[in-house]
Amino acid sequence: MALLEIRGVSRRFGDFLAVDDVSLSIEAGEFFCLLGPSGCGKTTLLRMVAGFDAPDGGAILLDGRDVAGIPPEKRDVHTVFQSYALFPHMTVAQNIAFPLTMAGVGAEASRRRVEEALDGVSLGGMSGRYPSELSGGQRQRVAVARALVDRPKLLLLDEPLAALDAKLKERMQLELITLQKEVGITFVYVTHDQQEALALSHRIAVMNRGRVEQMDEPSRLYGSPRNRFVADFIGTCNLLEGEVAAHSRDALELRLDGIGTVRSSPVEGQVERLVPGVRGVLALRPEKVAISREAPLPGHNRTTGKVFDFLYLGDVTIYVVELDSGVRVEAMLPNSAPGRAKFFEAGDSVHVGWLPEAGVFLTD
Amino acid sequence: MSAAWRASLQRFLITGPPLVYLLLFFGIPTLIMVLASLRLPGEFGGLAPLWETGPSGTELNLSLESYGRFFSDSLYAWLFFKSFLYALVTAVACLLLAYPLALLIARSPGKRRDLLVLLVILPFWSNFLIRVYAWMIILGPESVLTRTLNALLAGLGIAPVELLFTPFAVLVGLVYVHLPFMVLPLFANLEKHDPALLDAAQDLGAGAWSRFWRVTFPLSLPGVYAGTALVFIPAFGIFAIPDLLGGTQGIMIGNVIKQQFLDTRDWPFGSVLSMVLTVGALALAGLAALFGRRTRV
Amino acid sequence: MRKNSLWLPLAGFLVYVFLYAPLLIVVAFSFNDSRLNSQWVGFTLEWYRVLLHHEAMLQAAGNSLLIALVASAVSTVLGTMAGFAMYRFRLRVLPLLVLAPIAIPEILTGVSLLLFFVLLGMTLGMVSIILSHIAFCLGFVAIVVRSRLAGMDESLTEAARDLGATPWCAFRRVTLPLIMPGVVAGALMAFTLSIDDFVITFFTAGVGASTLPLQIYTMVKTSVTPEVNAISSLLMLLTLVLILVASKLSPSALRSGA
Ligand SMILES: Nc1ncnc2c1ncn2[C@@H]1O[C@H](COP(=O)(O)OP(=O)(O)O)[C@@H](O)[C@H]1O
Ligand SMILES: [Mg+2]
Repeated sequence: MALLEIRGVSRRFGDFLAVDDVSLSIEAGEFFCLLGPSGCGKTTLLRMVAGFDAPDGGAILLDGRDVAGIPPEKRDVHTVFQSYALFPHMTVAQNIAFPLTMAGVGAEASRRRVEEALDGVSLGGMSGRYPSELSGGQRQRVAVARALVDRPKLLLLDEPLAALDAKLKERMQLELITLQKEVGITFVYVTHDQQEALALSHRIAVMNRGRVEQMDEPSRLYGSPRNRFVADFIGTCNLLEGEVAAHSRDALELRLDGIGTVRSSPVEGQVERLVPGVRGVLALRPEKVAISREAPLPGHNRTTGKVFDFLYLGDVTIYVVELDSGVRVEAMLPNSAPGRAKFFEAGDSVHVGWLPEAGVFLTD
Repeated sequence: MSAAWRASLQRFLITGPPLVYLLLFFGIPTLIMVLASLRLPGEFGGLAPLWETGPSGTELNLSLESYGRFFSDSLYAWLFFKSFLYALVTAVACLLLAYPLALLIARSPGKRRDLLVLLVILPFWSNFLIRVYAWMIILGPESVLTRTLNALLAGLGIAPVELLFTPFAVLVGLVYVHLPFMVLPLFANLEKHDPALLDAAQDLGAGAWSRFWRVTFPLSLPGVYAGTALVFIPAFGIFAIPDLLGGTQGIMIGNVIKQQFLDTRDWPFGSVLSMVLTVGALALAGLAALFGRRTRV
Repeated sequence: MRKNSLWLPLAGFLVYVFLYAPLLIVVAFSFNDSRLNSQWVGFTLEWYRVLLHHEAMLQAAGNSLLIALVASAVSTVLGTMAGFAMYRFRLRVLPLLVLAPIAIPEILTGVSLLLFFVLLGMTLGMVSIILSHIAFCLGFVAIVVRSRLAGMDESLTEAARDLGATPWCAFRRVTLPLIMPGVVAGALMAFTLSIDDFVITFFTAGVGASTLPLQIYTMVKTSVTPEVNAISSLLMLLTLVLILVASKLSPSALRSGA
């Protein structure tokens, strides 16, 4: 049985459907991410799980029990707020002791557990400080320690690292992964940062306009996006417009606008749907696109164009190639690869190629 | 549903007591005043009975007579206009005095700024009558100021003047008492201005004068409107300042209202004057809010 | 760097002189050994001594203190409730009733309350004064408390609930301590407003009771007596002390309140 089950939950504000028929099932011990652009309804969904808001339709089950009507303080769920919401009039120790006090834990036991919790987030010695005397990263750790000290079944984190700078963010991500493994508590983590979601989670639900677009493991989301939104939102992706030319059990042929006929891998179970003439996009990751001065190896789909511009990123360079028809394709080449030491310049004529199985044809 | 029921009970318990209190001691008295303005004065002052039983049965004793009296005698319109002028001059004078001060405070560094603000508020907290009384001393016939001024005038061959119990004294008192109401909203507004805006303006070629008129002042308009409303409205209806400093020439509408209620005891007419004052004050407050909203940055 | 022109500090300084000179003159004359407020004669504490034996004044001071204590206590409780209600719920009538007495000229509140009490058949006196003071102080407390609440991070209360606190417990342990400076500042403000009030008291006092401001008014109106200087100076000292206490407790609330 799933620890948290969200069944067809909706929430509307006036005419606006903030959460639209969302169903999710989250297993105990999982590090689960809700990923989506800002305003897509992540916080709204999280607040309904925490009990600050109630769904207009559907049900939320925690450990198999419907939590409708149960106030937040009676749910075995804690939240790490984006603002951290540390009580400014209490010391670090008093903040962390708060849930223990509420649960009626004795002073002695409480002190011991607060100390353990502080050590757990390497903040020993900070117990007497006030939140205003802490740095951003320290506040974040106190917020996590406070939410974990009485071992809830489920921890909700709403963009907990959004306020931190890039370096600190990376370090806190590693710490959160370690911590989650150690305590074994289920994390539901909300973020709009796709890299963060890919790095942290066991599974990700990608949300858009209140709906879950796709739910999968990070590698499968990246490798096999189900629709245009997911392909575009996770990582970068060339989206080449076109239509199905022919589709059989072992071959899919596409006619791409401004490129021509290319081969792609057949899509399982879609042979009937992807009949010739159906329009869609070929989602092609830039790192799967090869560019070279010589014609690419046989077996590749190929075309030609001119380097329009490039973006040097240190470890890799992204080249924007303008094909003869005007369509632009991005290709990412590692700067360390042998034989790639020589960069292309803007204006160079190049061959562009990719393998049939490199892209996914999406009709949504 | 019990959760919803509990929520509305909670709301009722929190909102109820202050609401009931204010309805009882502000809402109802206001309504009574509206009603009183439509009643007839009693034989010995106050109000005539609301119901009158005459030969033709019981009648409701309401009339527009007092309103008629107000609109037929231009003396009262003139008094309102005079009060309006006093309030207007006060507001303008306060603005002229307050602006440089507010600007100075807003541009002072943190700790000094708090002190300077406190120094503006401090006299405001001292008793209102004391502040008016202080000007009775300063403007009194025997005061240093009056004697010095009259000695100067005598040197120029001009007859001596009185300062106390004149419209001038009323204006000085009005400005003095209301000045903090102008400084504080102005300061609150000016404090929020991003100093980078002035740097940007300077960078783009604006001199000190255009920086002020093209950046600072337009941005401070919400503060100007708020301050003007906060000065104008209470000044419009004031009665203690003209009462103490104004003598016979310096009376304002507030003095007449007080007189109708406590001396002449013509309550219906006093209520009519109060109604007109209320409508005037609310209209001005609404106007200020409207202006403030339009210029919201 | 813009160069700091001198005229701004100069203008500011002159305005401060305008604000303080009159009050300092009153204080100075309270020590002046002359019945006339015209020139300095010599130092004396005579007027403070006279004050100590001024029965009517002492009586009025006692009344003022009692009125201010009761009115500020009640209006703090009701005003805090009103401020909280206005912050928490979407209300129409309450904000109007809270703001209107502050927005309209005081004399209007005064005369309408006079009508109200007289028509109720109440004898004007201490009770009518206290009831009136609560009505106009309440709004000021409500505004201070609401602005304090508005400055508070909403998620703090939610965090308390999330960590196991009941609504009442979250209010007592998180919300109330955080708005306390606002409540205290509101209470001090209500106290000073009440003890200083002249206009509304003037209409609702009747002949039954006198307060310090009414007493001062009578004395100022009839003849200039140096005791007024002395009582004024004492009142200023009292306000100064209250202000210092308030600014220690909550500098920001004091500022937002004025
Ligand atoms: N209480 C509310 N009232 C009205 N609209 C709301 C409310 N809460 C959220 N919304 C709207 O619902 C949408 C989703 O909000 P939210 O869940 O906060 O998005 P996210 O956390 O994904 O950025 C937004 O468009 C927001 O404006
Ligand atoms: Mg959000």
